[in-house]
Amino acid sequence: MYRHTIGQRAYVFNDLKTLLARATPLRSGDVLAGVAAATYEERVAAQYALADVPLRTFLHEPLVPYEQDEVTRLILDTHDAAAFAPIAHFTVGQLRDYLVSDAADATALHALAPGLTPEMVAAVSKLLRNQELIAVARRVEVITRFRNTLGLRGHLATRLQPNHPTDDLRGIAASLVDGLLYGSGDAVLGINPATDNPKAVSDLLYMLDAVREQYAIPTQSCVLCHVTTSLQLIEQGVPVDLTFQSIGGTEATNTSFGINLGLLQEAHEATLSLGRGTLGQDVMYFETGQGSSLSANAHHGLDQQTCEARAYAVARRFRPLLVNTVVGFIGPEYLYDGKQIIRAALEDHFCGKLLGLPMGVDVCYTNHAEADQDDMDTLLTLLGVAGCNYIMGIPGADDIMLGYQSTSFHDALYVRQVLGLRPAPEFEAWLAQQGIFSAQGQLLPAASARLLGQLPPALR
Amino acid sequence: MSNLPDLPPAAPEPDPWASLRAFTAARIALGRTGASVPLHEALAFKLAHAHARDAVYSVLDTERLLAELATLGLPLHQVSSRAQNRQEYLQRPDHGRQLAEESKAHLVADAECDVAIVLADGLSATAINAHAVPLLGLLLPELRATGLHLGPLVLAEQARVALGDEIGHLLRARLVLVLIGERPGLSAPDSLGAYFTYGPRPGLTDEARNCVSNIRSAGLPYAAAAAKLSWLLREALRRQLSGVALKDQADLLTE
Repeated sequence: MYRHTIGQRAYVFNDLKTLLARATPLRSGDVLAGVAAATYEERVAAQYALADVPLRTFLHEPLVPYEQDEVTRLILDTHDAAAFAPIAHFTVGQLRDYLVSDAADATALHALAPGLTPEMVAAVSKLLRNQELIAVARRVEVITRFRNTLGLRGHLATRLQPNHPTDDLRGIAASLVDGLLYGSGDAVLGINPATDNPKAVSDLLYMLDAVREQYAIPTQSCVLCHVTTSLQLIEQGVPVDLTFQSIGGTEATNTSFGINLGLLQEAHEATLSLGRGTLGQDVMYFETGQGSSLSANAHHGLDQQTCEARAYAVARRFRPLLVNTVVGFIGPEYLYDGKQIIRAALEDHFCGKLLGLPMGVDVCYTNHAEADQDDMDTLLTLLGVAGCNYIMGIPGADDIMLGYQSTSFHDALYVRQVLGLRPAPEFEAWLAQQGIFSAQGQLLPAASARLLGQLPPALR
Repeated sequence: MSNLPDLPPAAPEPDPWASLRAFTAARIALGRTGASVPLHEALAFKLAHAHARDAVYSVLDTERLLAELATLGLPLHQVSSRAQNRQEYLQRPDHGRQLAEESKAHLVADAECDVAIVLADGLSATAINAHAVPLLGLLLPELRATGLHLGPLVLAEQARVALGDEIGHLLRARLVLVLIGERPGLSAPDSLGAYFTYGPRPGLTDEARNCVSNIRSAGLPYAAAAAKLSWLLREALRRQLSGVALKDQADLLTE
């Protein structure tokens, strides 16, 4: 039982998950789930009470029972007590004051990551303002490697996302070339397929691999199919660089995605066995997003941000190359407007980074959300400042397959320009060699690109 | 005058690979000025988004729809969900799936029927305003020709797909067909979806339904949609099921 009194009013929170939910900044998904604070005052009362909770409580009071949930078991069984020791006596409030202090530098935060659980990180994020979510996350550097180096300080990568509603190879190749000529694609050349049909996915993988080989692009490719499809294709010898999967923060959410930890382990090992990485062997790509547990009726009464942070425990188990929250994709019943989307994205980026993940963000919204490109410009700029590992690159910000708006190739040029950010170093060198970027990292006039004279076979 | 700086060209050139636009509807080869897209592209995007936003907030043209539906020879009802306005509709999908108390009284059935049809605003009343009547004009004769007993037409406001299950249940319909405005995309603010459930009752979820989507002039045309729906509805009634089981069968037949 947790309490806080304000004036004559005593607020009582029956358990830890209720306290966390009531302390969460307002968002429509928690209201829909019936777990949000009823008043502004109750929310602040919960934040006062949460600040006094010892961090050790999170190790002794699982939010979802240990016996019922393999994500809970993963979190508790892999908790690093030695890394936790320096802050073991802290309350959530003391962790907040420490994180924003000058003492919490890159080295300290890197060492701390295995000692933090998702619930601790989610809890402390509820006490932080947006500027603090940005300032703390900015100090954390999470570097991953496959065919290039991602996450270096001062660099921002992009996933080139050349989707097409019918997986038409020429249509996809056209968007792919467009993106490369705008300097996009260092995080991954990644397609959301319209169908999970293994033959269709295989055709796309061969096409991506051929384009990457033809131009000797120092990057990796991925078709974002279900993990079971990837396993099947790996067995058939199809060129799979990265295995993708959507993941959630409870066992029941993952069941709704048709996965479990054992299956992810199997996929991780199978992908590693191909040994396709040249600079490193980080081979997994995960997507997450607040609201997925509620949407699957698998949230156990937790708020959606805490569920989201628990998904990062699943991700970090498998040393991913890329993790991104698809923050505004789920719709206004979970994140109503630009304000809620921006807050959620900064929380997700902060929580992922503190837990040691190479966090990217799909800066996005749907047409029934109260948001527009101006909100996305704001969020993109904030994430650039926060040191986000990568964003999406979509022709004109308009994904004609998934029917939502994200960031465009032009948006990446903008944020790199105003914040002095650069692509992954190996990719940047390739862009210069191709005559796409200048040696100073500026996009050159289109006609100078060598690629234009040698279009992929699909487009000739 | 000679000290004035050079001005950029009035309109930036498109990219030299503009011919690739023939291969995709994606916004490629937009050109640029600095890091920005040319103004005409920026405005084209804004206009598409404005159409989508207007569609989300569009309302059923009730007077005209009732007049035109009256010519189809079926009883008409008007109902609303528990969501009282668009803000509530967007944030509380559960309210959009339940009938308002006062609407339940309208839906009293003296006898069973084979098919009840619901016209729901969904996320684009524009889609219903544009496509529902022409589609029904083709679909109803096909259903009647096979001897089906048609129940009433129900016009539903602030409605989600699952509202049809409660409506169909109250009307004692063996099957309910819900025509509903789909979530607007940048390229299509008026796309109509058609969902049906065999044995409708409150509490069913998506796996109990089948869907024919993207019904609009530039998508799935009315005649093709009517033919497809008429076949699927008859199959669902004959085999007394809908949802995943019917989908699998239909896929086998089309392969």
